[in-house]
Amino acid sequence: MDFGFVGDIFVKLIRALPLTLGVWSLSVALGAVLGAGVTWMRASGLWPLKIFARAYVFVFRSTPLLVQLFIVYYGLSSFPAVRHSIFWPFLRDAFDCAVLSLALCTAAYQSEIFRGALAQVPPGQIEAARACGMSGFQLFRRVIFPIALRQGLPAYSSEVISMTKATALVSLVALWDVLSVALKIRNDTLVTYTPLLVAGIIYFVLNFLLARLFMFFEYRLTPHLRGRPR
Amino acid sequence: MPTSYALTVTGLRKRFGDLEVLKGISLDAREGDVISILGSSGSGKSTFLRCINLLETPDAGSVAVGGETIRMRPTRGGRAEPADRRQVDRIRSELGMVFQSFNLWSHMTILENVIEAPIHVLKRPKAECVAEARGLLEKVGIGDKWAHYPAHLSGGQQQRAAIARALAMKPKVMLFDEPTSALDPELVGEVLRVMRALAEEGRTMLVVTHEMSFARDVSSRVVFLHKGLVEVEGPPDELFGDCRSERFRQFIAKDKR
Repeated sequence: MDFGFVGDIFVKLIRALPLTLGVWSLSVALGAVLGAGVTWMRASGLWPLKIFARAYVFVFRSTPLLVQLFIVYYGLSSFPAVRHSIFWPFLRDAFDCAVLSLALCTAAYQSEIFRGALAQVPPGQIEAARACGMSGFQLFRRVIFPIALRQGLPAYSSEVISMTKATALVSLVALWDVLSVALKIRNDTLVTYTPLLVAGIIYFVLNFLLARLFMFFEYRLTPHLRGRPR
Repeated sequence: MPTSYALTVTGLRKRFGDLEVLKGISLDAREGDVISILGSSGSGKSTFLRCINLLETPDAGSVAVGGETIRMRPTRGGRAEPADRRQVDRIRSELGMVFQSFNLWSHMTILENVIEAPIHVLKRPKAECVAEARGLLEKVGIGDKWAHYPAHLSGGQQQRAAIARALAMKPKVMLFDEPTSALDPELVGEVLRVMRALAEEGRTMLVVTHEMSFARDVSSRVVFLHKGLVEVEGPPDELFGDCRSERFRQFIAKDKR
């Protein structure tokens, strides 16, 4: 094996890592905001919002992310109305489109995680907080959210980790992420194995670190699930 | 003699669908009264207690705590709802509630459970709350358990922690909703002892219970509910001695068996 060649590939792929991380972190963050909104709509008492939220989750979970990405990037631009709208500077940009479509998709999954986590908060503990005079945002911040967080963290970490892998799809909308650089090296050098293997290792290490990070959070947040003190 | 009512409930009604659970219940508690609320299951006693701090919204009737009436307004459906949510929150903070299933916050230590509402609802300084909480935990006999999480305690210890949590709010009235019903028989005594001590301190308490000995020996008054109405009420000596209510006699006879 030519270590110089591998090193060269590694350096090239690492240079593309910021873009992968950018798409990943922005879409996860935007997805969290949108997902929280969808969860809120689902939990609201208003049936139009509830139906919208359910439909949203249903549609985005039932169609391939790649189709969603292509519709946002290639599909929307075919409408003149879109090209003349104020959103065009945003929608013409591949990076923005990638972040948007990944965010729209993860929002559906994240909202389901939020909903499940909230549903598992024991009603008695909420009632106890109400009985002490808590309500509204304080009740949410002090009791509902901390309990839901602990319930939802394992599922949430899976979603966040699967999103790093989903970013590989952006190689198909002309963005130079880790995978697309690897594919270009393959094309240019006709060496298939090495660049893809190095790309795989980079994703693996990234997700390994993420998984450890979430494990650490989980550990810190759940002393009550471990043995008694002392 | 001036009568100071810690709690006045008038004509409380509550319906769940077709089932009218409370059909107009009134009750006055003077300061220091310990009122046991008895009744077979389905008699509405827990619902009655939960209507007092509006965990259930009564359809009609009024509740006043320390002379302050909770303002209600009619809804379009012919029921009632609180007119001022903030007032409800404030009055709830003046009522200590102890639940059948303890309902301690699982992600907080026992100490954190006790100081949570005093700090965040009453906005009192933390150091002061911690000192008081340690004292209260000592008082209910689990002073050494302050750093434990609820899951690490027995049911009896959890319920005593829940009592300390309620006491930390310095409530005008304590509401107990079947506080010993979820406990193993050998753990019931430790909770009842704490409640007895509170009664002897002169705290105003409303206790929904199946513990006849507590009702008979500790309470100053017993209220027996039957099918959403007060069937009979009075001092325990009178009721447990020779009660004119056939239903109540049957009810306590069942317990003796």
